[in-house]
Amino acid sequence: MAAESTEEKTNKENTRVDIEQQLGETVGEQFTEEQKFSLRNVDVYYADNHAINDISMDIAPNEVVAFIGPSGCGKSTFLRVLNRMNDTIDICRVSGDIRLDGEDIYDKKMDPVLLRARVGMVFQKPNPFPKSIYDNVAYGPKLHGLASSRAELDDIVRTSLKRAGLLKEVENRLDEPGTGLSGGQQQRLCIARTIAVSPEVILMDEPASALDPIATAIIEELIDELRENYTIAIVTHSMQQAARISQRTAYFHLGKLVEMGPTEKIFTNPDHTLTENYITGRFG
Amino acid sequence: MESKIDISDHISHRYNDELEDLRNQVMEMGGLVERQLQDGLKALRKSDMTLAEKVASADDEVNAKEIAIDKRCTQILVRRQPAASDLRLVLAIIKTINDLERVGDEAEKLGRYAIHLYEHNAKIGDFTEIKHLGKHVREMLSKTLDAFIRMDVQSAISTIQSDDEINDEFDSIMRQLTSKMMEDPRAIKETLRVLWAARALERIGDHAKNICEYVVYLVKGEDVRHTNLVALLEENPELNDE
Repeated sequence: MAAESTEEKTNKENTRVDIEQQLGETVGEQFTEEQKFSLRNVDVYYADNHAINDISMDIAPNEVVAFIGPSGCGKSTFLRVLNRMNDTIDICRVSGDIRLDGEDIYDKKMDPVLLRARVGMVFQKPNPFPKSIYDNVAYGPKLHGLASSRAELDDIVRTSLKRAGLLKEVENRLDEPGTGLSGGQQQRLCIARTIAVSPEVILMDEPASALDPIATAIIEELIDELRENYTIAIVTHSMQQAARISQRTAYFHLGKLVEMGPTEKIFTNPDHTLTENYITGRFG
Repeated sequence: MESKIDISDHISHRYNDELEDLRNQVMEMGGLVERQLQDGLKALRKSDMTLAEKVASADDEVNAKEIAIDKRCTQILVRRQPAASDLRLVLAIIKTINDLERVGDEAEKLGRYAIHLYEHNAKIGDFTEIKHLGKHVREMLSKTLDAFIRMDVQSAISTIQSDDEINDEFDSIMRQLTSKMMEDPRAIKETLRVLWAARALERIGDHAKNICEYVVYLVKGEDVRHTNLVALLEENPELNDE
């Protein structure tokens, strides 16, 4: 590939400066009366790269919040702040006040393993363990000692699979490998595995992007049902998906939170021009 | 405040073309309806039967246009899943063409009343107020279409406000015609036709007002239907800041 000409580079830099000038303060309603998560002045650096720039928001209990924005805008990085998944990256540094039920999750006393049991995560690509369907779901409860007997463990596995809408399809083959399931089933298995340890919050990073429309619809229906018991934050590239499943939507751009508000408002009459440009497929 | 509506800068050029074409189609339909109203009024004023018959049967073109635009809107909703201002544009167009079609229906009635009055040797020329009303309604429709094509909120709001004057004029005509019917009961049949013509014009004013309300919704995202506009402007001074 030919190297970028000086002119192209200057144009790109100018565009970036223009957009940065437009960014300014977050608009909309990023704070809520009740908070499951409360985040204030969060910054994330990957070495010298300022990936998240002074973001503050609340996530209310039992709400589904969608994070949208162009690739590289920091939405996945921000999601990973919520259960300290960024701790696994050496060059990553997180600062700011990040509280789950009022508790500072970056406090030295906070055990990240226990935190991740409270704040579970489902990834873009289904990633079942190379174990049986049963063991995939039983792994977490065993690790955290949530079951005192085999019967209790059986009960957790079945309940989790049922909640994830997968039990009917797999109840006669629980000892078969999880990797033998279809993509959509594997993703629901991962959701069952996540909810088996009774989390309070579920983070989802593009959970349906590798699935067909039917499997996607099943996952979306599931998210709607899970909302009764859990708080959910979801990163998605599908605007329609964000519009369908979330109560509030947050739009990220160049590591900043541009706008956050009720989903209906964001998709019919956003306040910020950058949000408007993104959701309507305009240059920006 | 900078207008948020620019339908020509999507990443997809074809989408730009589709929206532009849609807007042009609405303007074409608006032009047809404007011409129909103009002809209907002229037929009444000049007792021009050729024109009256043309107006009374000219609705097919407007109806066909409404169906064609409706179909395009459906296609855009299905294929593009528009959001924000694009969504509001498509929704505003779907509603606007419905009102334009109704304006066409009212203009068609003017043609029919012109024929009836001619056949009964009555002349609308005897009623100067109705000529004034017709002129005002034509101006209002023209300003409405202009506000729509330019997506001009301020002009839309002033046009909405002008509907009150049209309603007042209609009330005055109604009082005048009621007295006339009491004075000369033999002329009731013809006078009623004149009253209905005035009524058709007043209804056209209402449809124009509706379209202006869609323009406000389209540009500002504010639904101003069934609200007191004065109170709304006091609460949202930014609506008037263009």
